[in-house]
Amino acid sequence: MLRKIRVALALIFITGITLLFLDFTGTVHTWLGWMAKIQFLPALLALNVGVVAALVVLTLIFGRIYCSVICPLGVMQDGFAALGRRARKNRYRYSKALNALRYGMLALLIIAFLAGLGWVVALFAPYSAYGRIVQNLLGPVWAAANNLLASAAESADSYAFYRTEVWVRSWPVFTVAVVTLVVLAVLAWRNGRTYCNTICPVGTVLGFLARFSWLRPVIDTSRCNGCGLCARNCKASCIDSKTHTIDYSRCVACMDCIGKCHQGAISYTRRKASPHSKPADAKGAAPESASRRSFIITSAVAAGTAALKAQEKKVDGGLAVIEDKKIPARNTPVVPPGAKGLRHLAEHCTACQLCVAACPNGVLRPSTSLDRFMQPESSYERGYCRPECTKCSEVCPAGAIVKIDLPEKSSTQIGHAVWIKANCVVLTDDVDCGNCARHCPAGAIMMVASDPSNPDSRKIPVVNEERCIGCGACENLCPARPFSAIYVEGHEIHKTV
Amino acid sequence: MKKNLNHTQAAIDRREFLRKLGLGAGAVAGISVAGCTRKEDASAISAEGTSNAPIPTDKMTHRVNPSTGDSVSLLGYGCMRWPTRPVANGTDGEEKIDQDAVNALVDKAIAHGVNYFDTSPAYCKGHSEEATGIALSRHPRDKYFIATKLSNFAPDTWSREASMEMYRNSFKYLRTDHIDYLLLHAVGMGGSDGDGMPPFNGRYIDNGMLDFLVKEREAGRIRNLGFSYHGDVRVFDYLLSQHDKYKWDFVQIQLNYLDWKHAKELNPRNTDAEYLYTELEKRGIPAVIMEPLLGGRLSKVHDHVAARLKQREPERSVASWAFRYAGTHPGVLTVLSGMTYMEHLEDNLRSFCPLKPLTEEEMQFLYDTADIMVQFPTVPCNDCKYCMPCPYGLDIPGVLLHYNKCVNQGNVPENAQAENYREARRAFLIGYDRSVPKLRQANHCIGCKKCVEHCPQQINIPAEMARIDNFVEHLKQGTL
Repeated sequence: MLRKIRVALALIFITGITLLFLDFTGTVHTWLGWMAKIQFLPALLALNVGVVAALVVLTLIFGRIYCSVICPLGVMQDGFAALGRRARKNRYRYSKALNALRYGMLALLIIAFLAGLGWVVALFAPYSAYGRIVQNLLGPVWAAANNLLASAAESADSYAFYRTEVWVRSWPVFTVAVVTLVVLAVLAWRNGRTYCNTICPVGTVLGFLARFSWLRPVIDTSRCNGCGLCARNCKASCIDSKTHTIDYSRCVACMDCIGKCHQGAISYTRRKASPHSKPADAKGAAPESASRRSFIITSAVAAGTAALKAQEKKVDGGLAVIEDKKIPARNTPVVPPGAKGLRHLAEHCTACQLCVAACPNGVLRPSTSLDRFMQPESSYERGYCRPECTKCSEVCPAGAIVKIDLPEKSSTQIGHAVWIKANCVVLTDDVDCGNCARHCPAGAIMMVASDPSNPDSRKIPVVNEERCIGCGACENLCPARPFSAIYVEGHEIHKTV
Repeated sequence: MKKNLNHTQAAIDRREFLRKLGLGAGAVAGISVAGCTRKEDASAISAEGTSNAPIPTDKMTHRVNPSTGDSVSLLGYGCMRWPTRPVANGTDGEEKIDQDAVNALVDKAIAHGVNYFDTSPAYCKGHSEEATGIALSRHPRDKYFIATKLSNFAPDTWSREASMEMYRNSFKYLRTDHIDYLLLHAVGMGGSDGDGMPPFNGRYIDNGMLDFLVKEREAGRIRNLGFSYHGDVRVFDYLLSQHDKYKWDFVQIQLNYLDWKHAKELNPRNTDAEYLYTELEKRGIPAVIMEPLLGGRLSKVHDHVAARLKQREPERSVASWAFRYAGTHPGVLTVLSGMTYMEHLEDNLRSFCPLKPLTEEEMQFLYDTADIMVQFPTVPCNDCKYCMPCPYGLDIPGVLLHYNKCVNQGNVPENAQAENYREARRAFLIGYDRSVPKLRQANHCIGCKKCVEHCPQQINIPAEMARIDNFVEHLKQGTL
């Protein structure tokens, strides 16, 4: 019964969180946004004392049920483990805790975090890892399926579904997601919760607390016949059937053992005044994390110009070929309003990709630069940070992008536009343009005569940096391709204009 | 666009959609059942003149050309809108003419008496003449008349050599040794400040092309010489004043029940069809009619107008009114229709096999309808694609047609308090992304004005793009 409740709750949570990462319409978030916000690391980084305290209390009462129910990565591993058990029954056996590895790992990650390498923590944080897997691997499938429905809706003249763009935001992060999934799937298939009890920083912290939990599975030695079935079915490898002890720092309270015991010797019950299981000695270190670091870092694209040449019109019809925009080399990255600045974002972001998945304008994508790896940054080749949208600030569970409203957004300067004379079609194609000025929501761009002595000469844009908010409308809608003639340079610290 | 869409609304829409799918499946089942009974009872429902009646092959109404005695079918085939299909392994959205479909359309048209085919070196990205030639050459040459044009719009084709090459190529592509009807293409268009005379002189007078074409007519390689007119009425008046010199065999004008009295009202740079037609009639010059349906704007009308027309003739299409209107004028030689699909052709054949002329009362009914139509703020784009390709990649007709469609369907709300605001907003924005790829939408118009001189309807395209973009921005931001 307890196991069934655990499984049911786990399914609800993993489904909800998966939907959060898949839904691009922003509707699921209204109902299930809290599921991301109660995740341990995001809550910790958001300094969400209430949630962290609640999770601590939860663990002190029930043990690591967080790992079995709330953590989507844990539940995902249970899924792979279940497949593994189908291949071979009773496949686990007791192993000693690798305390040096897990506490060492935790210490390393804390040091990395304090050193400003938040992305290293994010690499191993369970919720973020799961988010990356869903956003990178499942997201495109979901979007493609939606597009099929949209086609059906279109032919039925219905507006129930609309098309969305399917694209991989960053190949390095995609690679990280694939590697994470493969490593975890193999580990879980073979040995159950290896990752959770050796690498996962959240598992280590909660495991430490779970030693003192009030409720826990307990072996009744008077009933136990020592068959060892419980140990061979424990995916956390934490039941030592010979000594009738359970390592509660590794037990994820999955309740599997209770049902497996033919003697009814295991029950989930109050802590007795019995001595703790003796701490297991540590040895060995798993080298599996090395492969993860093999990712490619793309270099910044060299600047160049190739203005679109207006072709002479001879025949009717047809569409001019549109060259894709390329990302300009920005000296300072652009991060969305609400992030407050580069440092605030880096300090709080868990790189879960929820904002990336939620961005309806194709602006946010994970960074590939080493110091902010996988954390979101803005670029405007596909769209720009539209004035009516604050989606990323609404979904962020970690307080990295703080919730802002529309007036705040429209007065937050995240960067400023820079005009590149060599690319501007007014000068290269000798045509009237002004598309940047026409679409600037802040009124920061003015068109002035290119020849100051001739008021009738073609008008070129000038940027009033004081009014510019860095939304990228100008960069996105600039007709110069592949490099825009006006682009946004980010600001390290955002300010109000 | 997707944001700010209330989620309960979305949920209801989805439910509605699924329900419709279900109904659709039911309807299909219903049709198959009905199909069984229909066979047994065919005579009872396939009455003469209804939309299901077989089209007679020997009833086409003809008009006689006074100068050559040609008996021309009153329905002429416009070859500007041939069907296309995606190119295999082509780049995104690349299309080419579907020759099989063209052949089938031409075969059907000729079988039902259509004998006038109007093309141009510029149509269908320059491929219309060739496709038309392929389809027509499969029939005896005396079964049809070919009309084509000297479409030397681009200034670098104004030279005598370039114009001559264009003229010679027409013979090659159309696989013929004589052209029945040759037109100076769209005189009155182009020119700065709307002055159509300089481009006209550049294209046909300074290079001696018009004199050359007159000689070609004497030599019999051109059987009828005429011109098609758009835009600056001074060029039209000038050419008619030179009728004694050039002896125009025919003139092609835009005529329909909306443009009869409203063309100038809708755009001061245009001329009412009533004036154009009357001037031709005075001189006994047969009129060839283009844009009788305004590129579909007189068939895709506002729901109110559709109901009004359908009520009078429930079994005939909305479009049939426009064709019967154009054909009713006695001075009309033929009415051109750019029929892309078989159902267009069949519907038009029903209107002309034979023509049932409109009564005076019916004409007045259409003029009253036109008065209603001008109250809807559609953009007068006929999807002729003369403006394309836009050098900056916009799909100009795509944007305008989507806007017009939304106007006609009541999906252009005036403000956020409008009764159907939410549905209209969703329909407009989602439909916009469906009709026009994001990179080809109005917000990418830079206002270079390259398109303006090419528009036969004299639409101020950059201004319309800016207006529609502004509307879209208000819809997206919810600030309408």
